[in-house]
Amino acid sequence: MEVKNVRKSFGQTQVLKGVDLRVDRGDVVAILGPSGSGKTTLLRCLNFLERADEGTLRFDEEEFRLGHMSKRDVARLRKRTAFVFQSYNLFLNKTALQNVTEGLIVGRKMPRDRAEEIGRRALSKVGMADRMNHYPSQLSGGQQQRVAIARAMAVEPEIIYFDEPTSALDPELTGEVLAVMRQLAGEGMTMLVVTHELGFARTVSSQTVFMEHGVVVEAGASREVFEHPREERTRAFLQTDGRAEGKD
Amino acid sequence: MLERLYESVPLLEILVDSFPKILIPGLTVTIPLTAIAFSLAMVIAVAAAMIQFARVPAAAQLCRFYIWIFRGTPLLVQLFVVFFGLPKVGVRIEPFPAAVLVFSLNEGAYCAETVRAALEAVPAGQLEAGRCAGLSYLQTMRRIVLPQAMRTAFPPLSNSLIAMVKDTSLAANITVVEMFRATEQIDARVYQPLALYIEVGLVYLLFSTVLTWLQHIGERKLSAYEYREG
Repeated sequence: MEVKNVRKSFGQTQVLKGVDLRVDRGDVVAILGPSGSGKTTLLRCLNFLERADEGTLRFDEEEFRLGHMSKRDVARLRKRTAFVFQSYNLFLNKTALQNVTEGLIVGRKMPRDRAEEIGRRALSKVGMADRMNHYPSQLSGGQQQRVAIARAMAVEPEIIYFDEPTSALDPELTGEVLAVMRQLAGEGMTMLVVTHELGFARTVSSQTVFMEHGVVVEAGASREVFEHPREERTRAFLQTDGRAEGKD
Repeated sequence: MLERLYESVPLLEILVDSFPKILIPGLTVTIPLTAIAFSLAMVIAVAAAMIQFARVPAAAQLCRFYIWIFRGTPLLVQLFVVFFGLPKVGVRIEPFPAAVLVFSLNEGAYCAETVRAALEAVPAGQLEAGRCAGLSYLQTMRRIVLPQAMRTAFPPLSNSLIAMVKDTSLAANITVVEMFRATEQIDARVYQPLALYIEVGLVYLLFSTVLTWLQHIGERKLSAYEYREG
Protein backbone atom coordinates (compact mmCIF):
# COMPACT_ATOMS: atom_id res chain seq x y z
CA MET A 1 0.00 0.00 0.00
CA GLU A 2 1.29 3.42 -0.85
CA VAL A 3 -0.16 6.91 -0.56
CA LYS A 4 1.19 10.06 -2.14
CA ASN A 5 0.62 13.72 -1.49
CA VAL A 6 -2.30 13.36 0.94
CA ARG A 7 -3.80 16.73 1.79
CA LYS A 8 -6.64 17.48 4.15
CA SER A 9 -8.02 20.69 5.63
CA PHE A 10 -10.67 21.26 8.26
CA GLY A 11 -12.01 24.69 7.37
CA GLN A 12 -9.01 27.01 7.24
CA THR A 13 -6.67 24.65 9.06
CA GLN A 14 -4.49 22.50 6.88
CA VAL A 15 -3.94 19.28 8.81
CA LEU A 16 -2.15 17.20 6.19
CA LYS A 17 0.16 19.06 3.83
CA GLY A 18 1.13 16.43 1.33
CA VAL A 19 2.03 13.21 3.09
CA ASP A 20 3.71 10.26 1.35
CA LEU A 21 3.74 6.87 2.97
CA ARG A 22 4.50 3.36 1.86
CA VAL A 23 3.71 0.08 3.60
CA ASP A 24 4.85 -3.20 2.08
CA ARG A 25 3.31 -6.56 2.78
CA GLY A 26 4.50 -7.85 6.15
CA ASP A 27 5.73 -4.46 7.30
CA VAL A 28 4.89 -3.07 10.70
CA VAL A 29 5.03 0.69 10.35
CA ALA A 30 4.80 2.95 13.40
CA ILE A 31 3.76 6.58 13.00
CA LEU A 32 5.06 8.80 15.79
CA GLY A 33 4.62 12.48 16.34
CA PRO A 34 3.43 15.13 18.77
CA SER A 35 -0.19 16.17 19.22
CA GLY A 36 -1.78 17.82 16.24
CA SER A 37 0.77 16.43 13.82
CA GLY A 38 -2.02 14.86 11.74
CA LYS A 39 -1.18 11.21 12.30
CA THR A 40 -4.68 10.18 13.33
CA THR A 41 -6.21 12.18 10.49
CA LEU A 42 -3.89 10.44 8.04
CA LEU A 43 -5.00 7.04 9.27
CA ARG A 44 -8.66 8.06 9.07
CA CYS A 45 -8.18 9.26 5.51
CA LEU A 46 -6.64 5.91 4.57
CA ASN A 47 -9.78 4.11 5.63
CA PHE A 48 -12.09 6.85 4.33
CA LEU A 49 -13.47 7.84 7.73
CA GLU A 50 -12.36 11.29 6.60
CA ARG A 51 -12.34 12.30 2.98
CA ALA A 52 -8.94 13.61 1.95
CA ASP A 53 -8.95 16.67 -0.29
CA GLU A 54 -6.19 15.35 -2.48
CA GLY A 55 -3.83 12.45 -2.86
CA THR A 56 -3.50 9.07 -4.49
CA LEU A 57 -3.70 5.63 -2.97
CA ARG A 58 -2.19 2.53 -4.48
CA PHE A 59 -3.46 -0.70 -2.98
CA ASP A 60 -1.82 -3.74 -4.54
CA GLU A 61 -1.92 -2.90 -8.23
CA GLU A 62 -4.91 -0.57 -8.12
CA GLU A 63 -4.71 3.20 -8.02
CA PHE A 64 -7.33 5.47 -6.50
CA ARG A 65 -7.72 9.22 -6.13
CA LEU A 66 -8.55 9.84 -2.48
CA GLY A 67 -10.70 12.91 -3.12
CA HIS A 68 -12.86 11.11 -5.68
CA MET A 69 -13.53 7.63 -4.38
CA SER A 70 -16.72 5.91 -5.48
CA LYS A 71 -18.83 4.31 -2.75
CA ARG A 72 -18.24 0.93 -4.30
CA ASP A 73 -14.47 1.27 -4.21
CA VAL A 74 -14.63 2.44 -0.60
CA ALA A 75 -16.76 -0.56 0.39
CA ARG A 76 -14.50 -2.93 -1.53
CA LEU A 77 -11.27 -1.61 -0.04
CA ARG A 78 -12.71 -1.55 3.47
CA LYS A 79 -13.39 -5.26 3.22
CA ARG A 80 -9.66 -5.84 2.66
CA THR A 81 -8.60 -3.75 5.66
CA ALA A 82 -9.42 -3.48 9.35
CA PHE A 83 -9.28 -0.65 11.86
CA VAL A 84 -8.59 -0.64 15.59
CA PHE A 85 -9.74 2.51 17.36
CA GLN A 86 -8.32 4.36 20.33
CA SER A 87 -11.68 4.08 22.08
CA TYR A 88 -12.20 0.44 20.99
CA ASN A 89 -15.69 1.16 19.57
CA LEU A 90 -16.92 -2.35 20.20
CA PHE A 91 -20.57 -2.77 19.26
CA LEU A 92 -22.14 -2.09 22.65
CA ASN A 93 -25.25 -4.15 21.95
CA LYS A 94 -23.27 -7.24 20.93
CA THR A 95 -21.29 -9.80 22.91
CA ALA A 96 -17.56 -10.24 22.37
CA LEU A 97 -18.18 -13.13 20.00
CA GLN A 98 -20.90 -11.26 18.11
CA ASN A 99 -18.55 -8.30 17.77
CA VAL A 100 -16.11 -10.53 15.95
CA THR A 101 -18.64 -12.40 13.80
CA GLU A 102 -20.80 -9.41 12.80
CA GLY A 103 -18.51 -8.30 9.98
CA LEU A 104 -18.21 -11.88 8.74
CA ILE A 105 -21.89 -12.85 8.84
CA VAL A 106 -23.46 -9.54 7.81
CA GLY A 107 -20.69 -7.81 5.92
CA ARG A 108 -19.27 -10.84 4.14
CA LYS A 109 -22.27 -13.22 4.08
CA MET A 110 -20.43 -16.06 5.79
CA PRO A 111 -22.49 -18.94 7.28
CA ARG A 112 -22.99 -18.46 11.01
CA ASP A 113 -21.29 -21.63 12.23
CA ARG A 114 -18.17 -20.96 10.21
CA ALA A 115 -18.06 -17.35 11.37
CA GLU A 116 -18.44 -18.44 14.99
CA GLU A 117 -15.60 -20.91 14.61
CA ILE A 118 -13.35 -18.16 13.26
CA GLY A 119 -14.59 -15.84 16.00
CA ARG A 120 -13.81 -18.32 18.75
CA ARG A 121 -10.36 -18.92 17.33
CA ALA A 122 -9.62 -15.19 17.08
CA LEU A 123 -10.81 -14.57 20.64
CA SER A 124 -8.71 -17.45 21.97
CA LYS A 125 -5.71 -15.98 20.25
CA VAL A 126 -6.08 -12.68 22.10
CA GLY A 127 -6.71 -14.51 25.36
CA MET A 128 -10.43 -13.79 25.55
CA ALA A 129 -11.77 -17.32 25.14
CA ASP A 130 -13.42 -17.21 28.57
CA ARG A 131 -15.20 -13.92 27.93
CA MET A 132 -16.88 -14.65 24.60
CA ASN A 133 -20.41 -14.04 25.80
CA HIS A 134 -19.65 -10.91 27.78
CA TYR A 135 -20.91 -7.53 26.62
CA PRO A 136 -18.36 -4.71 26.21
CA SER A 137 -19.69 -3.01 29.35
CA GLN A 138 -18.64 -6.07 31.33
CA LEU A 139 -15.04 -5.96 30.10
CA SER A 140 -12.05 -3.84 31.11
CA GLY A 141 -10.52 -1.42 28.60
CA GLY A 142 -7.66 -3.79 27.83
CA GLN A 143 -10.05 -6.69 27.32
CA GLN A 144 -12.23 -4.57 25.06
CA GLN A 145 -9.25 -3.57 22.96
CA ARG A 146 -8.17 -7.20 22.67
CA VAL A 147 -11.66 -8.09 21.43
CA ALA A 148 -11.36 -5.21 18.96
CA ILE A 149 -8.08 -6.68 17.70
CA ALA A 150 -9.73 -10.09 17.37
CA ARG A 151 -12.52 -8.41 15.41
CA ALA A 152 -9.91 -6.88 13.11
CA MET A 153 -7.97 -10.14 12.65
CA ALA A 154 -11.04 -12.27 11.98
CA VAL A 155 -11.75 -10.72 8.58
CA GLU A 156 -8.26 -11.71 7.39
CA PRO A 157 -7.40 -8.19 6.30
CA GLU A 158 -4.41 -7.39 4.16
CA ILE A 159 -3.54 -4.58 6.54
CA ILE A 160 -4.72 -3.50 10.00
CA TYR A 161 -4.72 0.18 10.91
CA PHE A 162 -4.24 0.93 14.62
CA ASP A 163 -5.19 4.38 15.87
CA GLU A 164 -3.43 4.88 19.20
CA PRO A 165 -4.64 1.52 20.46
CA THR A 166 -3.26 1.94 23.97
CA SER A 167 -3.76 5.64 24.65
CA ALA A 168 -6.93 5.08 26.66
CA LEU A 169 -5.35 2.41 28.85
CA ASP A 170 -3.30 2.41 32.03
CA PRO A 171 0.21 0.92 31.83
CA GLU A 172 -0.78 -2.53 33.02
CA LEU A 173 -3.55 -2.89 30.45
CA THR A 174 -1.32 -1.31 27.79
CA GLY A 175 1.07 -4.23 28.30
CA GLU A 176 -1.52 -6.89 27.53
CA VAL A 177 -2.65 -5.11 24.37
CA LEU A 178 0.91 -4.56 23.15
CA ALA A 179 1.66 -8.23 23.75
CA VAL A 180 -1.17 -9.18 21.42
CA MET A 181 0.05 -6.70 18.80
CA ARG A 182 3.58 -8.00 19.10
CA GLN A 183 2.32 -11.54 18.54
CA LEU A 184 0.36 -10.38 15.51
CA ALA A 185 3.42 -8.67 14.08
CA GLY A 186 5.42 -11.85 14.65
CA GLU A 187 2.93 -13.74 12.49
CA GLY A 188 3.65 -11.44 9.58
CA MET A 189 0.51 -9.29 9.69
CA THR A 190 0.88 -5.98 7.86
CA MET A 191 0.22 -3.22 10.36
CA LEU A 192 0.17 0.57 10.33
CA VAL A 193 0.20 1.84 13.89
CA VAL A 194 -0.22 5.38 15.14
CA THR A 195 1.22 5.22 18.61
CA HIS A 196 2.87 6.99 21.52
CA GLU A 197 4.56 3.80 22.64
CA LEU A 198 8.18 4.47 21.72
CA GLY A 199 9.11 1.05 23.04
CA PHE A 200 6.71 -0.63 20.69
CA ALA A 201 7.91 1.41 17.73
CA ARG A 202 11.55 0.69 18.54
CA THR A 203 11.28 -3.04 19.18
CA VAL A 204 8.35 -4.25 17.10
CA SER A 205 7.93 -2.03 14.07
CA SER A 206 10.16 -2.52 11.07
CA GLN A 207 9.66 1.04 9.84
CA THR A 208 9.12 4.24 11.78
CA VAL A 209 7.63 7.44 10.45
CA PHE A 210 7.92 10.69 12.39
CA MET A 211 5.31 13.30 11.59
CA GLU A 212 4.89 16.90 12.65
CA HIS A 213 2.66 19.77 11.47
CA GLY A 214 1.06 17.67 8.77
CA VAL A 215 4.24 16.52 7.05
CA VAL A 216 6.54 13.52 7.34
CA VAL A 217 9.73 14.76 8.98
CA GLU A 218 11.61 11.51 8.81
CA ALA A 219 10.92 7.94 7.75
CA GLY A 220 13.06 4.85 7.64
CA ALA A 221 13.95 1.55 9.22
CA SER A 222 13.06 1.75 12.92
CA ARG A 223 16.56 1.03 14.09
CA GLU A 224 17.96 3.80 11.91
CA VAL A 225 15.38 6.32 13.04
CA PHE A 226 15.87 5.53 16.72
CA GLU A 227 19.64 5.18 16.75
CA HIS A 228 20.72 7.68 14.13
CA PRO A 229 17.90 10.17 13.59
CA ARG A 230 18.82 12.45 10.72
CA GLU A 231 16.57 15.31 11.75
CA GLU A 232 17.08 17.47 14.80
CA ARG A 233 13.34 17.50 15.48
CA THR A 234 13.12 13.71 15.53
CA ARG A 235 16.03 13.52 17.95
CA ALA A 236 14.40 16.02 20.28
CA PHE A 237 11.09 14.14 20.21
CA LEU A 238 12.64 10.77 20.87
CA GLN A 239 14.57 12.14 23.84
CA THR A 240 11.48 13.47 25.57
CA ASP A 241 8.91 10.95 26.60
CA GLY A 242 6.68 10.59 23.55
CA ARG A 243 3.82 9.78 25.82
CA ALA A 244 4.02 13.04 27.73
CA GLU A 245 4.21 15.14 24.60
CA GLY A 246 1.90 13.50 22.22
CA LYS A 247 -1.69 13.04 23.28
CA ASP A 248 -4.31 13.76 20.69
CA MET B 1 -91.98 10.81 38.72
CA LEU B 2 -89.17 10.18 36.33
CA GLU B 3 -86.63 11.80 38.60
CA ARG B 4 -87.66 9.66 41.54
CA LEU B 5 -87.41 6.57 39.41
CA TYR B 6 -83.78 7.31 38.59
CA GLU B 7 -83.00 8.06 42.18
CA SER B 8 -84.43 4.76 43.22
CA VAL B 9 -81.90 2.88 41.10
CA PRO B 10 -78.85 2.49 43.34
CA LEU B 11 -75.70 4.16 42.08
CA LEU B 12 -73.66 1.02 42.57
CA GLU B 13 -75.93 -0.86 40.21
CA ILE B 14 -75.43 1.78 37.52
CA LEU B 15 -71.70 1.55 37.89
CA VAL B 16 -71.70 -2.23 37.73
CA ASP B 17 -74.08 -2.24 34.76
CA SER B 18 -72.10 0.34 32.85
CA PHE B 19 -68.70 -1.19 33.53
CA PRO B 20 -68.78 -3.75 30.68
CA LYS B 21 -70.40 -1.16 28.41
CA ILE B 22 -67.37 1.06 28.99
CA LEU B 23 -64.73 -1.65 29.08
CA ILE B 24 -65.83 -3.39 25.87
CA PRO B 25 -65.48 -0.33 23.60
CA GLY B 26 -62.20 0.18 25.43
CA LEU B 27 -61.00 -3.26 24.41
CA THR B 28 -62.52 -3.26 20.93
CA VAL B 29 -61.95 0.38 19.89
CA THR B 30 -59.60 2.34 22.18
CA ILE B 31 -56.92 -0.35 22.32
CA PRO B 32 -56.99 -1.31 18.61
CA LEU B 33 -57.01 2.38 17.64
CA THR B 34 -53.99 3.00 19.87
CA ALA B 35 -52.18 -0.16 18.77
CA ILE B 36 -52.62 0.39 15.04
CA ALA B 37 -51.95 4.13 15.12
CA PHE B 38 -48.91 3.76 17.38
CA SER B 39 -47.41 1.01 15.20
CA LEU B 40 -47.81 3.19 12.13
CA ALA B 41 -46.42 6.14 14.09
CA MET B 42 -43.31 4.09 14.91
CA VAL B 43 -42.74 3.29 11.25
CA ILE B 44 -43.12 6.97 10.35
CA ALA B 45 -40.93 8.05 13.27
CA VAL B 46 -38.04 5.69 12.51
CA ALA B 47 -38.15 6.54 8.80
CA ALA B 48 -38.32 10.29 9.40
CA ALA B 49 -35.57 10.13 12.04
CA MET B 50 -33.24 8.06 9.83
CA ILE B 51 -33.79 10.37 6.86
CA GLN B 52 -32.84 13.35 8.99
CA PHE B 53 -29.96 11.54 10.67
CA ALA B 54 -28.50 10.59 7.28
CA ARG B 55 -29.17 14.14 6.00
CA VAL B 56 -30.84 12.88 2.84
CA PRO B 57 -31.21 15.99 0.69
CA ALA B 58 -34.78 17.21 0.05
CA ALA B 59 -36.33 14.30 2.01
CA ALA B 60 -34.85 15.64 5.24
CA GLN B 61 -36.42 19.06 4.59
CA LEU B 62 -39.73 17.36 3.82
CA CYS B 63 -39.54 15.59 7.20
CA ARG B 64 -38.89 18.89 8.99
CA PHE B 65 -41.94 20.39 7.26
CA TYR B 66 -44.16 17.44 8.21
CA ILE B 67 -43.04 17.59 11.84
CA TRP B 68 -43.55 21.35 11.91
CA ILE B 69 -47.16 21.03 10.72
CA PHE B 70 -48.20 18.14 12.95
CA ARG B 71 -46.51 19.38 16.10
CA GLY B 72 -47.64 22.93 15.54
CA THR B 73 -51.40 22.40 15.24
CA PRO B 74 -53.88 20.92 17.74
CA LEU B 75 -54.75 17.27 17.44
CA LEU B 76 -58.44 18.12 17.60
CA VAL B 77 -58.09 20.52 14.69
CA GLN B 78 -56.31 17.82 12.67
CA LEU B 79 -59.14 15.36 13.40
CA PHE B 80 -61.74 17.91 12.30
CA VAL B 81 -59.89 18.83 9.11
CA VAL B 82 -59.64 15.20 8.07
CA PHE B 83 -63.09 14.02 9.12
CA PHE B 84 -65.28 17.09 8.54
CA GLY B 85 -63.10 19.06 6.15
CA LEU B 86 -61.84 16.61 3.58
CA PRO B 87 -65.33 15.48 2.43
CA LYS B 88 -65.67 19.03 1.03
CA VAL B 89 -63.04 18.11 -1.54
CA GLY B 90 -64.49 14.68 -2.11
CA VAL B 91 -62.28 12.71 0.29
CA ARG B 92 -64.61 10.82 2.60
CA ILE B 93 -62.98 8.67 5.27
CA GLU B 94 -64.84 6.53 7.81
CA PRO B 95 -64.46 7.66 11.45
CA PHE B 96 -62.15 4.87 12.61
CA PRO B 97 -59.68 5.02 9.69
CA ALA B 98 -59.74 8.81 9.89
CA ALA B 99 -58.77 8.58 13.56
CA VAL B 100 -56.00 6.06 12.75
CA LEU B 101 -54.66 8.37 10.05
CA VAL B 102 -54.57 11.48 12.23
CA PHE B 103 -53.25 9.77 15.36
CA SER B 104 -50.44 8.00 13.49
CA LEU B 105 -49.34 11.16 11.65
CA ASN B 106 -49.53 13.27 14.82
CA GLU B 107 -47.75 10.73 17.01
CA GLY B 108 -45.23 10.00 14.26
CA ALA B 109 -44.15 13.64 14.26
CA TYR B 110 -43.44 13.67 17.99
CA CYS B 111 -41.80 10.26 18.06
CA ALA B 112 -39.60 11.13 15.06
CA GLU B 113 -37.94 13.75 17.24
CA THR B 114 -37.48 11.28 20.08
CA VAL B 115 -35.89 8.71 17.78
CA ARG B 116 -33.70 11.31 16.07
CA ALA B 117 -32.36 12.51 19.41
CA ALA B 118 -31.68 8.90 20.42
CA LEU B 119 -29.83 8.20 17.16
CA GLU B 120 -27.67 11.24 17.72
CA ALA B 121 -26.88 10.05 21.25
CA VAL B 122 -25.27 6.84 19.95
CA PRO B 123 -21.49 7.42 19.89
CA ALA B 124 -20.25 8.24 16.38
CA GLY B 125 -17.61 5.52 16.77
CA GLN B 126 -20.31 2.84 16.57
CA LEU B 127 -21.17 3.82 13.01
CA GLU B 128 -17.49 4.12 12.08
CA ALA B 129 -16.70 0.74 13.58
CA GLY B 130 -19.53 -0.85 11.62
CA ARG B 131 -18.30 0.63 8.37
CA CYS B 132 -14.73 -0.47 9.08
CA ALA B 133 -15.96 -3.99 9.86
CA GLY B 134 -17.30 -4.18 6.31
CA LEU B 135 -20.96 -3.47 6.99
CA SER B 136 -22.88 -1.14 4.69
CA TYR B 137 -24.40 2.06 6.04
CA LEU B 138 -27.87 0.54 6.24
CA GLN B 139 -26.60 -2.69 7.79
CA THR B 140 -24.74 -0.68 10.43
CA MET B 141 -27.80 1.43 11.15
CA ARG B 142 -30.14 -1.53 11.40
CA ARG B 143 -27.94 -3.86 13.42
CA ILE B 144 -25.78 -1.55 15.52
CA VAL B 145 -27.00 2.04 15.78
CA LEU B 146 -30.78 1.67 15.73
CA PRO B 147 -30.96 -1.05 18.43
CA GLN B 148 -28.88 1.15 20.74
CA ALA B 149 -30.96 4.21 19.91
CA MET B 150 -34.20 2.35 20.59
CA ARG B 151 -32.92 1.46 24.04
CA THR B 152 -32.46 5.18 24.75
CA ALA B 153 -35.75 6.08 23.11
CA PHE B 154 -37.77 3.40 24.86
CA PRO B 155 -38.81 5.32 28.02
CA PRO B 156 -39.87 8.51 26.19
CA LEU B 157 -41.65 6.43 23.53
CA SER B 158 -43.51 4.57 26.27
CA ASN B 159 -44.50 7.96 27.60
CA SER B 160 -45.89 8.89 24.20
CA LEU B 161 -47.80 5.62 24.00
CA ILE B 162 -49.42 6.16 27.39
CA ALA B 163 -50.33 9.72 26.42
CA MET B 164 -51.85 8.40 23.21
CA VAL B 165 -54.14 5.92 24.98
CA LYS B 166 -55.72 8.88 26.73
CA ASP B 167 -55.69 11.16 23.67
CA THR B 168 -57.78 8.67 21.71
CA SER B 169 -60.73 10.02 23.72
CA LEU B 170 -60.61 12.97 21.31
CA ALA B 171 -61.77 10.59 18.58
CA ALA B 172 -65.17 10.79 20.25
CA ASN B 173 -65.50 14.16 18.52
CA ILE B 174 -65.46 12.53 15.09
CA THR B 175 -68.13 9.96 16.08
CA VAL B 176 -65.79 7.09 16.90
CA VAL B 177 -67.54 5.17 19.67
CA GLU B 178 -64.54 4.48 21.82
CA MET B 179 -64.49 4.35 25.59
CA PHE B 180 -65.20 8.00 26.25
CA ARG B 181 -68.05 8.35 23.76
CA ALA B 182 -69.59 5.13 25.09
CA THR B 183 -69.54 6.70 28.56
CA GLU B 184 -71.18 9.86 27.25
CA GLN B 185 -73.95 7.76 25.72
CA ILE B 186 -74.59 5.96 29.02
CA ASP B 187 -74.57 9.26 30.87
CA ALA B 188 -77.13 10.66 28.44
CA ARG B 189 -79.50 7.93 29.58
CA VAL B 190 -78.88 7.74 33.34
CA TYR B 191 -77.38 11.18 34.08
CA GLN B 192 -74.69 10.24 36.60
CA PRO B 193 -71.80 12.35 35.23
CA LEU B 194 -69.67 12.32 38.35
CA ALA B 195 -69.75 8.58 38.88
CA LEU B 196 -69.55 7.62 35.22
CA TYR B 197 -66.69 9.93 34.24
CA ILE B 198 -64.72 8.87 37.27
CA GLU B 199 -65.41 5.29 36.26
CA VAL B 200 -64.12 5.77 32.72
CA GLY B 201 -61.15 7.65 34.14
CA LEU B 202 -60.34 4.62 36.27
CA VAL B 203 -60.47 2.35 33.22
CA TYR B 204 -57.98 4.66 31.46
CA LEU B 205 -55.86 4.49 34.59
CA LEU B 206 -56.03 0.70 34.47
CA PHE B 207 -54.84 0.69 30.84
CA SER B 208 -51.99 3.10 31.63
CA THR B 209 -50.96 1.03 34.62
CA VAL B 210 -50.70 -2.11 32.51
CA LEU B 211 -48.60 -0.19 29.96
CA THR B 212 -46.33 1.20 32.68
CA TRP B 213 -45.80 -2.32 33.92
CA LEU B 214 -45.05 -3.54 30.39
CA GLN B 215 -42.59 -0.66 30.03
CA HIS B 216 -40.65 -1.87 33.06
CA ILE B 217 -40.44 -5.39 31.66
CA GLY B 218 -39.41 -4.05 28.26
CA GLU B 219 -36.70 -1.86 29.74
CA ARG B 220 -35.27 -4.76 31.65
CA LYS B 221 -35.14 -6.89 28.51
CA LEU B 222 -33.59 -4.16 26.39
CA SER B 223 -30.92 -3.36 28.93
CA ALA B 224 -29.47 -6.88 28.79
CA TYR B 225 -26.21 -5.50 27.42
CA GLU B 226 -25.87 -2.77 29.99
CA TYR B 227 -23.84 -3.58 33.00
CA ARG B 228 -25.12 -2.29 36.30
CA GLU B 229 -23.09 -2.39 39.42
CA GLY B 230 -24.66 -3.54 42.65
